[in-house]
Amino acid sequence: MEQKLIVSPSPHVHSGDTIPKNMYAVLIALIPAFLVAIYTFRLDALLITALSVLFCVGFEYLIVRFVMKKEPSILDGSAIITGVLLAFNVPSGLPLWILALGALFAIGVVKLSFGGLGNNIFNPAIAGRIFLLISFPAQMTSWPATAMAVETTDAVSSATVLALLKQAPDTLPALQQMFLGLEPGSLGEMSAAALLLGLIYMLWKKVITWHIPLTILATVALFTGILYLIDPLPQYNPLIHLFSGGLMLGAIFMATDYVTSPLTKKGMIIYGVGIGFVTVAIRLWGAYPEGISFAILLMNAFTPLINTYTTPKRFGEAVKHG
Amino acid sequence: MLKSFRIGGIHPKENKLSAGMAIQPISVPAQVVIPLSQHIGAPCQPVVKKGDKVKVGTLIGKSVGFVSAQIHSSVSGTVLKIDKAMDASGYKRDAVFIKVEEDEWEEQIDRSGQLISDCSLTPKEILEKIAAAGIVGMGGATFPTHVKLTPPPGMKAEVLIINGVECEPYLTSDHQLMMEKSEEILVGITLVMKALNVQRAIIGIENNKKDAVALFTKKVKAFPGIEVQALKVQYPQGGEKQLIDALTGRQVASGALPISVGAVVQNVGTLFAIYEAVQKNKPLVERVVTVTGKEVERPCNLRTRIGTPLTTLIDAAGGLPESTGKVISGGPMMGKALASVDVPVTKGTSGILVVPTLEAKRKAMKDCIRCGKCVQVCPMGLNPTLLMNLTEYEVWDRAEKNAITDCIECGSCSYTCPADRPLLDYIRLGKSKVNGIIRARKN
Repeated sequence: MEQKLIVSPSPHVHSGDTIPKNMYAVLIALIPAFLVAIYTFRLDALLITALSVLFCVGFEYLIVRFVMKKEPSILDGSAIITGVLLAFNVPSGLPLWILALGALFAIGVVKLSFGGLGNNIFNPAIAGRIFLLISFPAQMTSWPATAMAVETTDAVSSATVLALLKQAPDTLPALQQMFLGLEPGSLGEMSAAALLLGLIYMLWKKVITWHIPLTILATVALFTGILYLIDPLPQYNPLIHLFSGGLMLGAIFMATDYVTSPLTKKGMIIYGVGIGFVTVAIRLWGAYPEGISFAILLMNAFTPLINTYTTPKRFGEAVKHG
Repeated sequence: MLKSFRIGGIHPKENKLSAGMAIQPISVPAQVVIPLSQHIGAPCQPVVKKGDKVKVGTLIGKSVGFVSAQIHSSVSGTVLKIDKAMDASGYKRDAVFIKVEEDEWEEQIDRSGQLISDCSLTPKEILEKIAAAGIVGMGGATFPTHVKLTPPPGMKAEVLIINGVECEPYLTSDHQLMMEKSEEILVGITLVMKALNVQRAIIGIENNKKDAVALFTKKVKAFPGIEVQALKVQYPQGGEKQLIDALTGRQVASGALPISVGAVVQNVGTLFAIYEAVQKNKPLVERVVTVTGKEVERPCNLRTRIGTPLTTLIDAAGGLPESTGKVISGGPMMGKALASVDVPVTKGTSGILVVPTLEAKRKAMKDCIRCGKCVQVCPMGLNPTLLMNLTEYEVWDRAEKNAITDCIECGSCSYTCPADRPLLDYIRLGKSKVNGIIRARKN
């Protein structure tokens, strides 16, 4: 027998974990929020999400194929996630050409011009949303009424909780409404309950660790909580802050993007605290009602620096004798 | 809760196919090839020449230098030649070729199965017998045992740690040895405790070997000072630093030896060899080898003479399957892939793992997605993806600062990486570069 044997260095086994497995787990975790979006905005939610995914995947394929002249790997799932998250970050009535522009910016400029998955500095969906918010402020902040409101009151548009906080804090809806996601907002950000379900799924599947989402939420709760203790105004109410706007969506799905968040646990905590802090600062004292996307974008920029200055806890570093 | 080490770790599929298979002696082959370098340290000088008659236990290689271990003939017969032969590392090294005739043993060797528990030797005499028998760490590291049992001046051992973890998937040789030779191992422990002058010994066994935990828990009652501790099934539980952490809560600092926290670690296979050397005058000429693999006909645990060709062992397990793509000496996490199965069993051969072609090939690597999973699983608390990049770009000063030399090469990072990046390949390369730079600086 003279069989040729394969020689390679150890280890000789692999966990079987792949990039697509992680990406599809994130997509599964997004399903509850998607169902709530369909329930609240009916066909609009389906249309926006489907087209956003189509735009993102399509642009990725075309650019990688014909501009970068490489073999596209659209099935790794990352462009699908960008598509879903971009859709979840816009109002359900957004004109489709604006959505396409956002997808082109997210995929073409933010992701692929840096070299594609793994090499981008900023989260594509977040950067896409901010690009649209700055370029089309009117369209990006006109919130169609929810399907339930249309049925009962014939309303066509409404204000978000965070906008109300800035303008008319006396007319806020009940907390329970916010938690379940029955209040207006971007497509997928509305139901804290659905998003938390996604978080639990991702933690269970070990796709992400608790460090980033929980530090963001804890920082927001603590920061607003202290202000609320000093002066109990509704705009300081930590529960309203936790359950309104894009905080949950951002903290659970956008800030935890592998590529643009720190590697070490220490780094993740610094990053999470930073996002929580900036979010509250913008919400309370900035020009925009919502600050989570800006906060994530800003901390994305700090990620390489955080990675440089945080090291994991080394074995034997804190020698304990027991 | 089961004890474990505190940083990182993974849980690969255990695949202990040969668990519970009684240790079978296999017949002595017609010819053995005994390499003169089977340990970490200086190779031995041959003390036999072509035509010499040898018996089982005759010294054939004399150790030179402190870190080295004697080598004995594992068969009786005639020395054919001393020549280069390929060993498991893939390199050709000096080896003694012996043609087997009969099975005669040196007279002083006690071949009876009688357990001898009492020992009136002094610690120094015990160490001398261990050195004379050529015993090395049999978990695979092959560090000369008498050296490990001689603490550097000013250092004192406080506790003996016995590694019965066998955290590598597939391997079962230590497990089976524990089941069949528990008393011999326990006597071996008392001998080492005496040699080191320690009053306490802890046997760590992974909890996937519940029968061994139960057996030793029962048996240690007759041995004062020896404890048994079941450990969580988590790789690399058998790593020296990890095992000490799990059992004593003490962490050996970067670059330090276990003795710095008062610990000395010995593998169960080594303790059995120590028992045989000290109580039975038997040098290290045999060992237990697991032969296993998903497509291997009869996964088994074999007692074999050192120098037996691996092919003989593989044939005893049913032969090399058609589907074979890779043959590994050792376990799947840290074992070496062999270029050829035409190599001999050595003191460090704990297992032979036959891997089908489908599982033997690596997948193409993708760009790092910075998921940080390698950082989470590294049991040394390193940042593997950073160390890989630093090696790729040859930034040696930063690699050193980020403790690349702490890497124990357990492979947890490469195992985990969803982008199939060969993290450990690069880190190994970088580690050897940085170690070279450190040595050059000292000179």
